[in-house]
Amino acid sequence: MTRKLLTGNGAAAWGARLAVVDYIPAFPITPQTEIIENLENWIDNEQMPARMVTLESEHSMITAAGAAAATGVRVFSATSSQGLLYAMEMLYTVAGWRAPFVLVNVSRGLSAPITLEPDHNDIMAARDSGFLQIHCADCQEVLDSVLIAYRLGEDERVRLPVIVNLDGFYLSFTREPVEIPDPQAVAHFLPPYDPENIRFRASTPISQAVAVLGGTPYSYFRYESHLAAQKALEVYDEITAEFAEEFGRPREALESYRTEDAEYLFFQIGSFATKAREAVDRLRESGWAIGLLRPRLFRPLPEKHIRQALAGKKGVAVIDQNLAAGRGGVLYSELASVLFGHANMPGILTSFIGGLGGRDISTEEYFEMAMVTRQAVTDGEAPSPRLLYTETELREVQKLQAIANMERIELGAKP
Amino acid sequence: MNETLFRRIKDLPSTHLLGTGVPTCAGCGGLQALHQIYDVLGEKTVFVNAAGCMTLLSVYPFTPFRGSWLYTAMAAAPAGAQGIRDALDIQLKKGQITTDDDLQAIVLTGDGAAYGMGMSATSSAIERGLDFVYICYDNEGYGNTGQQYSEATPHAARTSTSKGPQGYPGYKKDLFSIWAAHKPSYVATVIGAEPLDLARKIEKAKEKQGPRLILALSPCPTGWDYDPKESADVGHLAVRTGIWPLKEYEDGKVVHTKVPRKRLPVEEYLKRQGRFSHLFEPMRNEEILTGIQERVDAYWAEIEG
Repeated sequence: MTRKLLTGNGAAAWGARLAVVDYIPAFPITPQTEIIENLENWIDNEQMPARMVTLESEHSMITAAGAAAATGVRVFSATSSQGLLYAMEMLYTVAGWRAPFVLVNVSRGLSAPITLEPDHNDIMAARDSGFLQIHCADCQEVLDSVLIAYRLGEDERVRLPVIVNLDGFYLSFTREPVEIPDPQAVAHFLPPYDPENIRFRASTPISQAVAVLGGTPYSYFRYESHLAAQKALEVYDEITAEFAEEFGRPREALESYRTEDAEYLFFQIGSFATKAREAVDRLRESGWAIGLLRPRLFRPLPEKHIRQALAGKKGVAVIDQNLAAGRGGVLYSELASVLFGHANMPGILTSFIGGLGGRDISTEEYFEMAMVTRQAVTDGEAPSPRLLYTETELREVQKLQAIANMERIELGAKP
Repeated sequence: MNETLFRRIKDLPSTHLLGTGVPTCAGCGGLQALHQIYDVLGEKTVFVNAAGCMTLLSVYPFTPFRGSWLYTAMAAAPAGAQGIRDALDIQLKKGQITTDDDLQAIVLTGDGAAYGMGMSATSSAIERGLDFVYICYDNEGYGNTGQQYSEATPHAARTSTSKGPQGYPGYKKDLFSIWAAHKPSYVATVIGAEPLDLARKIEKAKEKQGPRLILALSPCPTGWDYDPKESADVGHLAVRTGIWPLKEYEDGKVVHTKVPRKRLPVEEYLKRQGRFSHLFEPMRNEEILTGIQERVDAYWAEIEG
C-alpha cells in the first residue's frame, strides 16, 4: 500500500489499473480527459497491459465497450456530460446485453447554455438506463468504488454495467491523499474476470441482443434486468463487507453521518455532501440534532436502508444538484417515493435545488435549509421547492445583461 | 489475385449456409446477395447488425445464421465490430482462446445506416484499420419503415416521402468513392443478380485483412414497386444499363469488373419499376429521363476514356 496525492481523475485511473482491465474504449471530454491520458501513458510505458482505442464518439465508445464486454473481456471507459448523453442510446442498449463493465462519469452540467462545470443532470439522465450507479464523495472513494463496481457488475447474480460517478472540478481536479492498495490485495478482492457464457466463439455460436416480437418476451427480458439490478443491493452489501475486511474502509450503500440522535437530516449525493457534513458539525455545535444521509449506491437505491435511517425523524432537507425542468429535484422525488406509505417516516421533506453548473452551496445556505426544514416541521407543511440563488448573484447576471444590451446598442441595434 | 475457386457458375455453392424461413419480403434482393455472401464468408463469423430490414433475420429464439450475431443500433455497428475484434485479439494474445475459435467480424447494415447515420462510425473504423468486413445491402431508401427516401435514393425515384411528379430531387450519394477515399484494403460493388462476380469479390475480401467494404445493390420489390419474381431481371438491368457499375477498389486503383459491352438505355431499367412510373405516365418526362441517361453516359465516358 502506498499513499499518494491524487486527483479524482487520477484515482479513477488507478482503479482501472488495479482492476487489470483488458480494454479501454475512449473519447476525450472535459473534465474526464485526465483519466484516459493517465491510462494511455501507463499503457505506453508498459505499466499496464490493457489495450486502448479512441473511438470517434461516445456513442461508438459505449458500443465498443459493450461489444467487448459481450465477448468476455474486462472493460473500462470514462466520459462526462454531453458525452454521456451522446451515448445515451447505447447506455440503454448495452445494459440490456447484460455484459458487465465499468464506466466512470465525471459529472458536468448539460447544455444549453453549454458549460464545463459540474452538476448532476448528466448522471440523472442515465438514471433509468439499467446501469447501476455508485456516487463518490472523495478521491479515495473513487478508487475504491471502481474496484467494488467490477465485483458488483461481474457477479453472476447481477451482470450489469456500472457507472461510478464523481463530480467534475470538485473531485476530478482536487488532489487528496489516496491510499493505493497493493495489487496482490486487489487481486484477492477482485480476481480475474470469469465471463462464463458471455462470449463469442467460433465453436459455440451465439446470437446476442436479438430482436423480440411482442410485449411478452420484451417484458420478460426487461423485468429480468430490473430484478438483477434490485438483487445488486444485497450483493453490494456482501461485497463491501469483504472490501472493508480487506482494506479497512466501509463503503456502505448508505452513508449515515451523525444520524443516531438526529431529528433533522440533510439528504444529498456526491462530493457536496462533504459540505453538508461540515454544516452538520457546525449546526451541532450550536445545539442542533442534525445529521446527513448520503446514498453511495443510487441504482439500485437502498430503500430499506433509507427507511431504517429515517424512522422517527422529524424532517429531511433534500438537496438536488440537478433540475428536472418543470418538476424539480430528482432526488427529492426519489426519496418521497421511498417513504410514502410507510409508518413512522418523517412527515416533512423540503426540496432545494442548488449547485448547478459549478455554483457552490455555502455553509450559510445549509444553515438556512436546516431552518426552513425546522419551520416546516413546526408548521406541519412543506414549502414549495426552493431554487438556491442569492441577490448578489442576481445582480451579477443583471450586470451581464446590461453589458450585453450596451453592446447591442453600440452595434446599432434598437434598444 | 488470379486464383479463384469461382471460375464459372457451376463452381458456386449449390446449397446455402444461411437458413430459410426468414421474414424478409418475397424477392428481396438484399437476402439474395446475403445468401451468396454468407456461402463464401462461412460460419466462423459474427454478424454485427445495425437497425434495418435484416435486423428481423434474428428474432428470438430463431436465427438463420450458423455463426454468431450481435444487434447493436443504427449508427454504431462498426464500433460493435471494433469491440469484438479487439476483445478477440486480447483473448488470443492471452491464450484464452485458440485461433480455431477466432471469428471474422462482419458488419451488416442497410443504406440508411451506411450512407447516413453510421458513416462517422464507418469512417473512423476504416481510419483505425479495423480488420472487418462491411456489407451494405442498399435498397435505396429506408425500406424497413416503408421506403422513405434516404441518401442512397436515386434521382427522381418516388418514395413515400417523395411522391410529387418529380420524385426525389436529390442524387444518390457516391458511397463507393467515399469509402475508397479512406484507402481501405478493399471496396467492391456487387449485386445478387451477378453471383459469379459477387462470389469472386467476397472471396477476395475474405482473404484480405483490414477494412473491406461491400456495397450490394438490393432490388426491393416492396420499395421499388415491381413483381417479386422480377428481382433478378431488375438486377441484371441495373448492370446492363450501366446505372450500377460493378467495380472494386484495391491498392489505390478502381477496376471495373464487368463492363457492359453495349449498354442498354437506362429507361429499360427504370420502366420496370413503379417508383419511376411517373416518368412514363401519363406522359414521358423527357427532361428527367434524358438527365438520368446523361449522368450514366458521363460516368462511363470517364471510365472508358
